Amino acid sequence: MSLPLLRVEDLSLTFATDDGFRHVLDRVTFEVHPHEVLGLVGESGSGKTITSLAVMRLLPHSAQVRQGQIWFDGRELLALPEKDMRRLRGSSLAMIFQSPRSALNPLMRIGDQIARAVRTHQRVRGAAARAAAVDLLRHVGVPDAAVRARAYPHQLSGGMAQRALVAIMLACRPRLLIADEPTTGLDVTIQAQIFGLIKDVQAETSATLLLITHDLGVVSEVCQRVAVMYAGQVMEVAPVAELFARACHPYTERLLGSILRVDRSGDLDTTKALSMAGISYETRGCRFANRCPDVMPVCWERRPRPVQVSAGHEVICHKYGGDES
Amino acid sequence: MSEPILRVENLVKHFREGPHTIHAVNGISFEIHPGEAVGLVGESGCGKSTTARCIMQLEKPTAGRILFRGQDLASLTPNGLRSQRRHFQMVFQDAEESLNPRLNVRRTLREPLQLHGLYRGEEQLQQAAERVNLEPEHLDRYRHQLSGGQKQRVGVARAIMTQPPLVVLDEPTSSLDMSLRIHMIAMLRRLQRELDMAYLFISHDLSTVRHLCDRVLVMYLGRIVEMGRTEQVFSAPRHVYTRALLSAIPIPDPSVRRERIVLQGETPSPRWIKPGCGLQDRCPLVADECTRPMPFYALGGGHWAACRLAKPESAERALGVAGSM
Repeated sequence: MSLPLLRVEDLSLTFATDDGFRHVLDRVTFEVHPHEVLGLVGESGSGKTITSLAVMRLLPHSAQVRQGQIWFDGRELLALPEKDMRRLRGSSLAMIFQSPRSALNPLMRIGDQIARAVRTHQRVRGAAARAAAVDLLRHVGVPDAAVRARAYPHQLSGGMAQRALVAIMLACRPRLLIADEPTTGLDVTIQAQIFGLIKDVQAETSATLLLITHDLGVVSEVCQRVAVMYAGQVMEVAPVAELFARACHPYTERLLGSILRVDRSGDLDTTKALSMAGISYETRGCRFANRCPDVMPVCWERRPRPVQVSAGHEVICHKYGGDES
Repeated sequence: MSEPILRVENLVKHFREGPHTIHAVNGISFEIHPGEAVGLVGESGCGKSTTARCIMQLEKPTAGRILFRGQDLASLTPNGLRSQRRHFQMVFQDAEESLNPRLNVRRTLREPLQLHGLYRGEEQLQQAAERVNLEPEHLDRYRHQLSGGQKQRVGVARAIMTQPPLVVLDEPTSSLDMSLRIHMIAMLRRLQRELDMAYLFISHDLSTVRHLCDRVLVMYLGRIVEMGRTEQVFSAPRHVYTRALLSAIPIPDPSVRRERIVLQGETPSPRWIKPGCGLQDRCPLVADECTRPMPFYALGGGHWAACRLAKPESAERALGVAGSM
């Protein structure tokens, strides 16, 4: 097995709130291997976006890292001076955000924004950089690229703005790309185009991709491995086919049981779905305990240790005998 | 066949935008029968929400008629319309925005009853809360004390207080996590049967439509392009647009492999409407006849599609994803 490009290890993080600290991440651990697409999947409040912001070191000020490390290519990111971190962002680590328009500079033509990325990360200057920017726009499927390069972000549709961001990303040639719900708010036919593009770009540059999503359909079609998060804890990590065929964690089972599939009828069975109880960040043990159909007394007390159920398939659940580490 | 509760006849709605005309809805006709759940689906800008707002008399149609129980709603006086409103109600997309922050749930639910002189006492409100799986203590809460799912259920409870025979629901599940969505859809299905209501369910989420609706209407660029019983349309879609839309939705099952129909580009601007099929510039199977007005072809059992490939003599009829969906 190759060394992981990214390893998040025991990451715990709190947010200051009016009534004390909220433990938003609890000992989050996972790895991303070179050239793979790892899906980080979870519902609202699972901590998936915060995890990715921690990797980029773009956390809001109210967030405080309590423990853990983030290893990227042999370096511990949390210990890096901001100056070094800034050098890594863009060139080695890049992120595509949920709302593409807010990630672009509204006062700059998109061609110039792409050209700036080209100048910063490749040895190209002036007109050559601008020509490279137009080429990149054409490459990501923007029609009339030379004309569109002169447009400002507000003149682009959401799909076009996301393509422009992918073009910037291509100019940067990062080793790890983090995409956080990159198609939120886009229509499904445009979503299919964008994921097609991201997959092509990933294959062509052999970049490593960490894809953050709530959509298990996207996981199934785009990812090779998946880490399932709930309430700030990683519950299960598995190859994609394995997860859909043999989900082990009661949360994953219930999540899969909550799916309404478009390609078949008769899924409206709520007995296999997640209960409507709210998410809880309180317990010292497994945070799914208050909604878990198989809960045991120990689940409230202690966090289980990861147990390997098959090659590359880990579950963090007391049902499988994992005990406190 | 029973008398339709709602008949939409050749509805047209255009908006002025500076020097331009936005052709939001371009002549659509359909009926809803008592107790029937009808889905109106399409991507953003297809005119589905405008259609809902015209039905609710929140917009004045440019042309066409809306008949509720045979009566033209536009012919009613303001008072006459107000007294009819108890019979057709709406659930809004943004539950947060649609609830008054200064009213607690009790007053929110009491108001429609009082407006129509139907309020008999507290037990009506408790029963209403119970119907949407809220606890009696939720009646005392204000908007900011409710979760997203609870707010949406209050919105549903308010809409059905007067036991209307027709409810228009505009994307009521689009902001909900998957695990809440299945409970919401199951609840709407149960309420529809208990209270014998007809639904017009507006959504871009075809998975929920498949599991809630008896019939479905597919809209593109202000026109209905296909309609039929849900099972017919989902298992054997005939319009290229419907096929592309269905094939673009990622299926959460890695063992399913489908052929994808990819549409070129993006939805054209509704400022300029060409004669003929709205999909002609994006369709991979476009032909000369698609530039001329396209009639609806009957496919049997109430299934209709406005596509040349739905013609009885079309050799390409069985092409594509139809078999594998």
